[in-house]
Amino acid sequence: MSLLTADTWRVLYGGFALPLDRRAHVSAEIASDDTSPERRRAAWMAAAQAGDRVAYERVLAGSVELIRNVARRQGVPMDALDDVVQETLLTVHRVRHTYDPARSYDAWLAAIAGRRAIDLLRSHGRRQRRETHDDLILDQLAGHDDASTASERAQDASRLHAAIAGLPPGQREAVEQMGLKEHSLAEAASETGRNAGALKVNLHRALKALRGRLHGDS
Amino acid sequence: MSEPRHQALIDTLGAGLTPVRRLPAPWLRALGWLLVVAAIAVVLLVHYGTAPMLRRWTGAPDLAWAAAGAVLTTACAAWAAFTLGVPGRSRAWAWLPLPGALLWIGASGFGCLRTWLAPGTSIAGIHQSADCLVFIISFSIPLSALMIWWLRRACPLRPVLTAIMVGLASAAASASLLEICHAYDAAATDLLTHALAVGIVIAANAAMGGRLLLRR
Repeated sequence: MSLLTADTWRVLYGGFALPLDRRAHVSAEIASDDTSPERRRAAWMAAAQAGDRVAYERVLAGSVELIRNVARRQGVPMDALDDVVQETLLTVHRVRHTYDPARSYDAWLAAIAGRRAIDLLRSHGRRQRRETHDDLILDQLAGHDDASTASERAQDASRLHAAIAGLPPGQREAVEQMGLKEHSLAEAASETGRNAGALKVNLHRALKALRGRLHGDS
Repeated sequence: MSEPRHQALIDTLGAGLTPVRRLPAPWLRALGWLLVVAAIAVVLLVHYGTAPMLRRWTGAPDLAWAAAGAVLTTACAAWAAFTLGVPGRSRAWAWLPLPGALLWIGASGFGCLRTWLAPGTSIAGIHQSADCLVFIISFSIPLSALMIWWLRRACPLRPVLTAIMVGLASAAASASLLEICHAYDAAATDLLTHALAVGIVIAANAAMGGRLLLRR
């Protein structure tokens, strides 16, 4: 099987010459073959489309550095690169059926990563326009601690609680555990009995949904 | 291979992996949409017959060229829209409908310079031109909706550009269908009305289609 190249496999796979489970199995063997990293990733992704979890985790892991490079080229700050990586991995998961193994996996991934990087830059830009970073500005505001401000704070808190209540149960649980109760990931995992990865994804999605509801971000 | 901070997400996504049915090639999806347009054309041809259309085209070939340009624009814009719906494809695909559109606009404009009327036609007044506008917009709405629905299964990373292609394909398809029952000769009023209808369809798609195509 080691003689089978990625191209040969693509021809076989494209022509549906192999059954689904066998295709996934073959891909793992090809992936360890002496092919270029890009071809390996393409073969892994094709196998992932057929349901090969090992190949999928390999291609996602192998994509992280590529995504970071794309985001860096787009001008994403270093501290936000991981956000682009996570958003891109989630998008890749959702649209993995759009990848055509006859084409470059890296080009497909770079297009998605570039789009998510632009989304993040726009979202940061919008937030920066809305937010003031001067620590002294609060003191200069007339009546910043008066009754109307207190009322605004109460309204904000009420809006936040309403937005949290409207989240799906898994996301709400993640926010309550790690956001409101300030539990660590491990503590939250042991308290809820959920997998730490699932909690992290739920928290990430919940924060994104809350940003959208409270600030109108897409 | 990956950094530990992403490993949890990768594990979660791996755990949620299911086999997926690969998206058919863009040309194949465009062909499917064009078959729907062809089916509508068949219904209109059965209703109105082919003779009046062929008589118009024989008497004034510029009308036939304009229709050919509209059909070519329809096919190319549909192909471009479905191609732009796939990540990693070049934005240069948006230029694909240009030759067809130039033929369509050029032949329609040339028809306005003719000094004789095509057989079986008259010059459309304001009311008849308004009917053309309503026809193009009415047919464009379901055709755009169908294409947007199919495109939402893909991943248009340039939603507005893709939506413009959707609008162009739908408007050109509707104008092509109109040709089957269009008993008016090329004239400035008619040409302007068609241009206005196509412009409205493209603008509406660009304004709304972009949002509808976003599936995050």
